[in-house]
Amino acid sequence: MNKLTPKERLKIQRHPMIEQDPKERSHNFNEVNMGYTVELAMAEAQRCLQCPKPTCVAGCPVNIQIKDFIAYIAEGDFLGAVKKIKEDNALPAICGRVCPQEEQCEEACVVAKRGEPVAIGHLERFVADYERNSGKIDIPEVKKSNGKKVAIVGSGPAGLSCAKDLRGKGYDVTVFEALHELGGVLVYGIPEFRLPKEIVRTEIDGLKKMGVKFQTDTIIGRLYTIDELFEEEGFDAVFLGVGAGLPWFLGIEGENLDGVYSANEFLTRVNLMKAYKFPEYDSPILDLHGKNVAVFGGGNTAMDAVRTALRLGAKNAYIIYRRSEKEMPARVEEVKHAKEEGVQFVLLTNPVRLIGDDEGWLKGVELIKMELGEPDASGRRRPIPIEGSNYTMDIDVAIIAIGNGPNPLILQTTPELEVSKRSTIVVDPETMKTSKKGVFAGGDIVTGGATVILAMGAGRKAAAAIDDYIQTGQW
Amino acid sequence: MFKIVDARFLAENIKKFEIEAPRIAKKRKAGQFVIIRIDEYGERIPLTIADSNEEKGTITIIVQGVGKTTKELNMKETGEYILDVVGPLGQPSHIEKFGTAVSIGGGVGTAIAYPTAVALKEAGNYVITINGARSKDLVILEKEMQSVSDEAYITTDDGSYGFHGFVTQKLQQLIDEGKKIDFVLAIGPIPMMKAVADVTKPHGIKTVVSLNPIMIDGTGMCGGCRVLINGKPKFACVDGPEFDAHTVDFKNLADRNKTYREYEQKALKRFEEHCRLEKQINQIKNEQ
Repeated sequence: MNKLTPKERLKIQRHPMIEQDPKERSHNFNEVNMGYTVELAMAEAQRCLQCPKPTCVAGCPVNIQIKDFIAYIAEGDFLGAVKKIKEDNALPAICGRVCPQEEQCEEACVVAKRGEPVAIGHLERFVADYERNSGKIDIPEVKKSNGKKVAIVGSGPAGLSCAKDLRGKGYDVTVFEALHELGGVLVYGIPEFRLPKEIVRTEIDGLKKMGVKFQTDTIIGRLYTIDELFEEEGFDAVFLGVGAGLPWFLGIEGENLDGVYSANEFLTRVNLMKAYKFPEYDSPILDLHGKNVAVFGGGNTAMDAVRTALRLGAKNAYIIYRRSEKEMPARVEEVKHAKEEGVQFVLLTNPVRLIGDDEGWLKGVELIKMELGEPDASGRRRPIPIEGSNYTMDIDVAIIAIGNGPNPLILQTTPELEVSKRSTIVVDPETMKTSKKGVFAGGDIVTGGATVILAMGAGRKAAAAIDDYIQTGQW
Repeated sequence: MFKIVDARFLAENIKKFEIEAPRIAKKRKAGQFVIIRIDEYGERIPLTIADSNEEKGTITIIVQGVGKTTKELNMKETGEYILDVVGPLGQPSHIEKFGTAVSIGGGVGTAIAYPTAVALKEAGNYVITINGARSKDLVILEKEMQSVSDEAYITTDDGSYGFHGFVTQKLQQLIDEGKKIDFVLAIGPIPMMKAVADVTKPHGIKTVVSLNPIMIDGTGMCGGCRVLINGKPKFACVDGPEFDAHTVDFKNLADRNKTYREYEQKALKRFEEHCRLEKQINQIKNEQ
């Protein structure tokens, strides 16, 4: 790829992905982004300067060899590119879709200093899709079995990446999942239009082919305690990647009215239980046609929920957020997509109470306007209510998307695990070791609600530390 | 896949299933439940574990056919399979030696109360059971209940068997007769549980109910099962399902449980129509 000079490369404009038309996509569950063509991918790869010291790699939580995989793309060797990515990342088709690249690799990209960064995420996604569509999916190498057993609790991003690394090193790995389907938040949380479930299944199939064992319908803490995994089932180490699965509510009047969902419930009904296909599938969801739906919160989950509501036929779909757009934790792309699809943003506004009728159905919400004060502990400007600015709005369905606390099931039965004030599991940040010997943890159960890629990074870190612990026997 | 090793009707529309689930059988305690999903298209529904046999590796559930899923489940026979059985979920019943403990079961709630009644007996309580049904042919687990009771009463709404009246009337009668009652467990339809709570409250009798809100995952993840306890939301799946009856907002529970009534009726109608057509097709096939 020496044909172009750096100057010439910098002149090439970033190539956007092909997207479904907003008018059309707001009525279907098909994927919004349609990805690159071969030509677009090769043209975008030309924008990479192949820096001697690639800062993008340091910006990636799992340190994908970005420069190298892009070089393969520029040469047209797409399978070579995906193989390179898989040395560090078990789930490229997923990360290429849901990673916040604008805050990670692409933010660190040298090209970004002179314009738009190289579309690293789009390229990652392209080669992963290329491999899947080619039918020649590369199965990572697995070392000879070392006879040691590791239990992974939770089949979300943290657990899957930990499982992949340990299996590669020759461990006998079993992943335990509480739900009936594998993938954790990738299947119950993130909607089909952002991450098709078929892709999650294919990525997990790859792990199965490597020899990772999976057990669904298995709740650790209840069916087996952690001690039983060691003593009765013969595991040498346990990794807890159980996620932050306990939805927070607003703590205001009326939250138990009919028509009030947590984002988790709303998204689980649609994504995992396929309620949008009721009555073909048995789980129902309230019919949103002609309804006013308000989603409270400003994160990615809030965007997922509000865009899902539109697709289910909502007449008006609102995001109600107490700060301004700048402070929203959601990815810029998600906010942009939501706006294009017709989501209405009610900013600097907070709910005071939810209003119901005599039969317990939600009818409206009382809101108060906010202004921004001094920055708080999160570094974002603190929202302050403007007295006397209250007003009401008619809504039929409310979805609370203000975050999740840690799942309580394991903590209830393993009291010796040290937890923080927020009930997250305390670990050594380098090794992901918990306070209990042989037990490691990572992902949202440690950090509180965060991103897929951070969870994957934690899973990888833990895999390295688990290997070290089992091989040396030193805790 | 979980094998049904035995399936039989106890009364019209009420079926008992013994399901192979050795690990759950080993771990479950009184008051806990499982979530089942019949097949790929199925919804996840919570069902209390009525009994278990650790040696055989089975658990028992007792199901009343009310909606589409429970009616479909009740068509399953011995030797057939259920796709998913997850558990044991929920906090076990809090059991201690209270003194005189009354276990009250309404309808299929009798099946849910049974394991806790057993545990209360094992803990050394003087156990009184009151089990209500609409009429004689709907009475279930009579022998089982008798075997764990120091006093066992059956009530029927129509007077066709046992005490003529509601379970609450029988309970009131015992209180009026001067029986000293230290603990009441009540499981059944929401109005029944509320009525029991109203009877025991003036007497300061500790009363526990097992709640049955709408649930999806059963692990604390969806929050659909939140109930108001002393005005504060609690998740029945991880904080319950048993709560102090005098702190429960029963109206809110009843309101929330009717969220999908219209959808449930639609699903049931569709299912029954489907069954009717299937029957006709089979009939025609047999005639040919």
